[in-house]
Amino acid sequence: MQDMLLDIKDLHASIDGKEILKGINLQVRDGEVHAIMGPNGSGKSTLSMVLAGAPGYEVTGGSVDFHGKQLLDLSPEDRSHEGLFLSFQYPVEIPGVTMVNFMRAAVNEKRKYFNEAPLSASDFLKLMRQKRAIVELDNKLASRSVNEGFSGGEKKRNEIFQMAMLEPRLAILDETDSGLDIDALRIVAGGVNTLKTDRNATIVITHYQRLLDYIKPDFVHVLYKGRIIRTGGPELALELEERGYDWLKEEVDAK
Amino acid sequence: MTSIDQYISLYRDNAASIDVHSAPVLNALRPVALEALAGAKLPTTRSEGYEKTSIEDMLAPDFGVNITRLHIPVDVASTFRCEVPRMSTVMGFVLNDTFIPAEGNAQRLPEDVIFGSLAKMGVERPDLVSRLYGSIAPMAHVGVALNTLLAQDGVVVYVPRGVRVEKPLQLVNIFSSSVPTAAFRRMLVIVEDDASVQLLVCDHTQDCDRAYLSEQVVEISLGRNASLELYDMEESSAMTSRWSMAYARQQEGSRLLINGTTLSNGVTRNEYTIDIDGEHCDTFLGGMAIGSAKQHVDNDSTVNHRAPRCHSRQMFKYILDDDARGAFEGGITVHPGAILTEAYQSNRNLLASAGARMHTKPQLLIYCDDVKCSHGATTGQLDQDALFYMRQRGISEKTARTMLMQAFMADVIDTVGLEGLRDRLRHLVEMRLHGRTSFCGDCHIRQE
Repeated sequence: MQDMLLDIKDLHASIDGKEILKGINLQVRDGEVHAIMGPNGSGKSTLSMVLAGAPGYEVTGGSVDFHGKQLLDLSPEDRSHEGLFLSFQYPVEIPGVTMVNFMRAAVNEKRKYFNEAPLSASDFLKLMRQKRAIVELDNKLASRSVNEGFSGGEKKRNEIFQMAMLEPRLAILDETDSGLDIDALRIVAGGVNTLKTDRNATIVITHYQRLLDYIKPDFVHVLYKGRIIRTGGPELALELEERGYDWLKEEVDAK
Repeated sequence: MTSIDQYISLYRDNAASIDVHSAPVLNALRPVALEALAGAKLPTTRSEGYEKTSIEDMLAPDFGVNITRLHIPVDVASTFRCEVPRMSTVMGFVLNDTFIPAEGNAQRLPEDVIFGSLAKMGVERPDLVSRLYGSIAPMAHVGVALNTLLAQDGVVVYVPRGVRVEKPLQLVNIFSSSVPTAAFRRMLVIVEDDASVQLLVCDHTQDCDRAYLSEQVVEISLGRNASLELYDMEESSAMTSRWSMAYARQQEGSRLLINGTTLSNGVTRNEYTIDIDGEHCDTFLGGMAIGSAKQHVDNDSTVNHRAPRCHSRQMFKYILDDDARGAFEGGITVHPGAILTEAYQSNRNLLASAGARMHTKPQLLIYCDDVKCSHGATTGQLDQDALFYMRQRGISEKTARTMLMQAFMADVIDTVGLEGLRDRLRHLVEMRLHGRTSFCGDCHIRQE
């Protein structure tokens, strides 16, 4: 059996005093793809933001072990260095900061964290070129400001490009399929599949089964009211697609 | 007894000596200035338009003024470097208030172009100097009158009709003295019809532990279809005060760009008054200020549209940290008859600490229909979403903040027309944001 990568135990978190996560338990091993589905407002994005260390989210209980490190004790940048990557549902536009400078800072700070020398300019550009190809990202976007004026599809492709550059141990893709047409979806999913190895893992957060046709999950979890209420194989996603969430909600609400 | 009295006494006690060490053209206006100053008071924070900067306090200390032009033993050309890499300029220096040309300037400038001493030109070219000296800056302004009373030298930039000066001119203003010193600096910039020039002015101090005061008046005259780019960069010390008053008059079809940048200073008050007198003029007035510790930067602009079909744009940006203070009062006045004016103004500010303060006051006075005018002023903090996004990618909070601040200034820097200066500014801003508050004694001003 593969090594444990992420072990979430009874995680509770709140925003502005309102509890959103009410005891999450989730284990992810190397080489696995997990899908987290669930109706709107169930806490899917909150889970990803809490794992990434976003300010404004208060962890009120539980623990998260990330390949032997206590994830919740680390700063957002150290979580990144340790291999956690979040593909944002809404990638942020940063006017005035070019993709090249942004990426160079990110790559070199990670190298510094591991006591490695910064990449030379030519090696860095070579790496950029190589990784850009994975998601067919236009060279012109590299000299533009981060996400500024990018189309919805370009923004999501840019997220996967950044993931390719940083080679995370665990990638959390938060609604990466939202706002994508079918061609962009195929490219993005193709990128994710290319980057998959038996030494990393992926958590896909999505509303719809559609993305899971391209990124095949090993496990599907349903999040509702801040808890995982059901876990199954890929067939669970198909069942949800057919029946919706109501039958599951009723089971939970009846208790 | 207010601050101004000590300067008036200084003049009364030394009038003959002041005249001897200056030029008749300059001396001729001193009695007029003295009359204008009768009963005048320096602005305080209770004076309109000076709510955040007391000139009275700025000028109160007992500064020395080098009236008899004692030689200060500094070989500026060899001891000071204010070089912009990959930019070749024709240099001149002002040591306190005395103009010193760099060697070989004459060969490097087109014939008849003057980049020289105001006092010297006042003697050699009295016609030229007297035509415009004191005609653009109003004597009714107490600061202008005070400057006219005491200024003994300064700089003349003269570009005759039709001449385009290819090499940028660079003027380095330096304070160097063994005692606290005030300099009354004066600059006259004349760009005649169809002529063009780019001028970079850098304010420095040789040391950081002496009090200096720069009281300066800049008069700019632009002929028809003339073009001037003026970059005014201040990198002085925490003990330096500056009160600068720039006045420009634009004739038909002329183009003026003024960029005022404050990277390090003590207390600074910059006033810009631009009169657009002819049609089809283009004006950009902008700049940036980066303040930390107790730096104080106050920019005050007035753009007067007096002719139809002109375009002006103002853009000032501030980043304030620690207990820095910033103020901006931006004016646009569209006078009757100035139809089809387009005038825009924006002032955006970032506060990087709880102790920093910014005061902004846009003022639009429009006495004409059929114009397009707008203004916008915002003061806020760094975009928290962008900060988190960068940290998620592994960029430390400190680096992310610096990158976002640099990005904030990017559009002001992009308005700089000199490529070498643009790169230099990016670098200086980056260094400044990394916490460098003083540039004295390092490679920018190298004392050998």
